[in-house]
Amino acid sequence: MANTAALNGIHGLRDIRRSPASHLTAAMEAGSVEGTVILEEGPFQTMVGLRVDPRSEEGARVAAVAGSLPTRCGGVGGADGVSVLWLGPSEFLVVAPEEAHDSLGGDLIGSLHAALGESPGQVVDLSANRTTFELSGARARAVLEKGCSLDLHPRAFPPGTALNTEVGNIPVVLEKTGEESYRLFPRASFADFLGRWLLDAMREYASPEVP
Amino acid sequence: MLLISCPNCGSRDETEFHYGGQAHVPYPENPNELNDREWAEFLFYRDNTKGAFAERWLHSTGCRQWFNMLRDTVTYEIQAVYPMGTARPDAAAAAPDSGTASTAPDSTTTGTTAPDISGTSTTPASTPAPEGATT
Repeated sequence: MANTAALNGIHGLRDIRRSPASHLTAAMEAGSVEGTVILEEGPFQTMVGLRVDPRSEEGARVAAVAGSLPTRCGGVGGADGVSVLWLGPSEFLVVAPEEAHDSLGGDLIGSLHAALGESPGQVVDLSANRTTFELSGARARAVLEKGCSLDLHPRAFPPGTALNTEVGNIPVVLEKTGEESYRLFPRASFADFLGRWLLDAMREYASPEVP
Repeated sequence: MLLISCPNCGSRDETEFHYGGQAHVPYPENPNELNDREWAEFLFYRDNTKGAFAERWLHSTGCRQWFNMLRDTVTYEIQAVYPMGTARPDAAAAAPDSGTASTAPDSTTTGTTAPDISGTSTTPASTPAPEGATT
């Protein structure tokens, strides 16, 4: 993937950047059912792959920059619009607004780099690795449950948790952002399939309910 | 479909995991001294156990961590899940490692913890689990 840090303003490369599911925008708009289930692709985001032992000294330094590091499966840390999703005992995904990227005036990646220093671990710019689907509405959980074997009931999956799992056989990070809203982070190459899969799963809710 | 209890993430579907083959196959202490046959046996020869079998698994779409699992190859019953580097928890299994090429059966890759299975029970909770192991 191209180094996005070098793209800012160079021949307008940022302006021609297309998101992996941009060709589905119209289909997602047509397939969404207002008040029932809505699917859209989220804006570009700055994502950073972070590997660091959270119990170590460098882990504490990185946590101070990122807000906080989640300590267990499902945890979401971070602060000020930055989410840190738990991927593994020493692996995290930092998700922040696009403006936080160093090439656009932010300093997220640079400051994480500086916090890690020479200590064991890694900070990698993964902004182009995954895209974001935002699924919301009263039927959002029902749509996800067609292809996800996790217990998505609020008692087991409350807002503010994120799990690494499969939806429609696609590995995604599934984050619950609100009572009825979810964010899915599939890798870019799976965005087309997962987008169409979600649209297909949403289709029945466009029809009137059969009593 | 097996429901596998990952030490980090809790119960997940089998499709999220990758099978890693037999556990507790120690790397030879002096690989250069092995002849071709012994080296081939280390690389390729594995038990074909009927009954309890210690094997490695990777939670590939979850936490991406390896762990060991004791599974019955007949009934598919998962008898124990325990961290990498710890000894096989059950001593009761009927000598499943006899006949392998390894010189130190049932030891881990460090080769130092082989006999230390007497005090451990069959539950994985008795071994030091990684953080966040209960879900």
